[in-house]
Amino acid sequence: MSLTLEKVSKAVDGQDWITDIDLNLEPGSFNVLLGRTLAGKTTLMRLMAGLDQPTSGRVLMNGVDVTGVSVRKRNLSMVYQQFINYPAHTVYDNIASPLRLAKMPREVIDKRVRETANMLHLESMLDRYPLELSGGQQQRTAMARALVKDADLILFDEPLVNLDYKLREEFREELRELFKTRNCIAVYATTEPNEALALGGNTAVLHEGQLLQYGRTPEVYHKPKDILSAEMFSEPPINVVPALVTESEVTFDETVHFKLNSDLQSLTPGRYQFGVRASHIGLVPHADDDLELPMNVDLAEISGSETFLHVHNGELNLVLHLSGVHEYDVDEQIKVYFPTHKIYGFDMAGSTVHVPTRLGGV
Amino acid sequence: MTIATTYNEDQAQERADSASLTRPVSAQKGTASGRNRVLLGLYLLFTLLPIYWLINMSLQSNQEILGTFSMWPQDFDFGSYIKIFTDPSWYMGYVNSITYVAMNMAISICVALPAAYAFSRYKFIGDKHLFFWLLTNLMAPPAVFLLPYFQLYYTVGMFDTHIAVALAHCLFNVPLAIWILEGFMSGVPKEVDETAYIDGYTFPGFFIKIFIPMIRSGVGVTLFFLFMFSWVELLLAQTLTATNAQPIGAIMTRTSTASGIDWSTLSAAGVLTILPGVLVVYFVRNHIAKGFALGRT
Repeated sequence: MSLTLEKVSKAVDGQDWITDIDLNLEPGSFNVLLGRTLAGKTTLMRLMAGLDQPTSGRVLMNGVDVTGVSVRKRNLSMVYQQFINYPAHTVYDNIASPLRLAKMPREVIDKRVRETANMLHLESMLDRYPLELSGGQQQRTAMARALVKDADLILFDEPLVNLDYKLREEFREELRELFKTRNCIAVYATTEPNEALALGGNTAVLHEGQLLQYGRTPEVYHKPKDILSAEMFSEPPINVVPALVTESEVTFDETVHFKLNSDLQSLTPGRYQFGVRASHIGLVPHADDDLELPMNVDLAEISGSETFLHVHNGELNLVLHLSGVHEYDVDEQIKVYFPTHKIYGFDMAGSTVHVPTRLGGV
Repeated sequence: MTIATTYNEDQAQERADSASLTRPVSAQKGTASGRNRVLLGLYLLFTLLPIYWLINMSLQSNQEILGTFSMWPQDFDFGSYIKIFTDPSWYMGYVNSITYVAMNMAISICVALPAAYAFSRYKFIGDKHLFFWLLTNLMAPPAVFLLPYFQLYYTVGMFDTHIAVALAHCLFNVPLAIWILEGFMSGVPKEVDETAYIDGYTFPGFFIKIFIPMIRSGVGVTLFFLFMFSWVELLLAQTLTATNAQPIGAIMTRTSTASGIDWSTLSAAGVLTILPGVLVVYFVRNHIAKGFALGRT
């Protein structure tokens, strides 16, 4: 079963929510829709599911046009961001409901419900009601209901957003395991680049209703098509610095110069925008030709066991992604090391013209 | 609720008082809680006194009611109750009232459930105006509609039937039910509907098996309000009936005869008319506040 979107658009009240999206999802693939809030992830999923109809374009399932076919007649399941269950039914009945409606024999239903419940660690909750369970268990119930039937298409709309950090990591792993053995298309929407990387598979980067890039997840990550795609697929967003390339050296921010190295030699002289991932700038040099830059600290933002360090020097603003907790005073003078081998080159229009070849780690 | 809270505060206060009798703060608080008690007592006295007096009168004979001032019945006289339960012209009043109230509840809820669902889930031209217009039906006094109803039912031969009163009461009960149910239904996320369709439920299947159980407290509260407004409405019920479907309220007005007013029987009938309401309130007591807010929290 493959899913194809052909020039799909959706406008609501004269506003374009989805613009001309072409997408082909292979059978058995795991696909991540990555984009910020309002990027159109949910809208796109609803179009895939048939809950909403596209304003123009077609949706094909296995080559058959299913645009306008009721969601009841399609074989799919969906897990929402909110925990959606039937509160008046027990967990068992919740999971069994799609099978009962498919008129399966009682024993088969029982077997499959218990199998799925075991898979999601719900075996001891079967007789309870969803609202008596914790958030994680409620979402597991919703997932179990989605997984219990052999759907051709399973849609996850940010299912882990309302769960705590620890559960999220656990779920993510389980999810990958669950889908290894299945031959259905999974689509998973998320706002977090890290989640996309952890899930692997394919990634479609969405921005303001447009599909920026689609491909294998590491491929999209390492070779972003343009600045926007690179920004969407990095947290914190990739640092962008205007630069001038001449015959022999690179200048950015008018003040910093360094010799054109083998890596950037392919660039013809002219103006560019250079991108450097926040995690690639360090407080200690990693290579001999790392550029030492004196910077002033603006803010050290601590998130979990990681620190986002915002620094500036004149017009040059950079964000560093450091592991571990680091405390800095505002306006403290520090030295950061800028890797000249890990620079993405974008032309002034934003398209990628250079991708670093010697990538070490993420 | 108020009673329980005050009681607990009192208990806690008492404990605090016994622990440290010398502290001036707790002494002040002690007088405050004493004042609360007095005010609450007065409040209960004034609200319950008329009801107590009604019960008191219903258990006395007419001579005692008119002759002496007694705080409680001197000798208990259940004659009035026996009269009501044995005389068809009395007990049929209750039967008639209950019949048309039940009919009205059934019709109103059956009409209001789908209507409220439509208002809560679909957008259509003029939906908000129509929804508000419904509420305006509750703003006109029923007397306005008395004449058209009377004339209409008389012409089509529905005068003095239970269904006539039940339908007339739909005038204010259906809008009310739609408003309350819409509030409860809008509290259910739309994703539940979609999940049910994805699972393969048909619309009626989803509505009956999934949706109504989810808003059952709302349905209960709605039924209570339908009961209440239909049960206490007298003007339409009295005017649209003569003998076959006469409500208890109308029968109670006939107790003043040439030989004077039958105080005792009238009081007994009053007590019996309060009872069903008390009974129904008991079942929905936890959800009733939400009902008064028309299902909106």
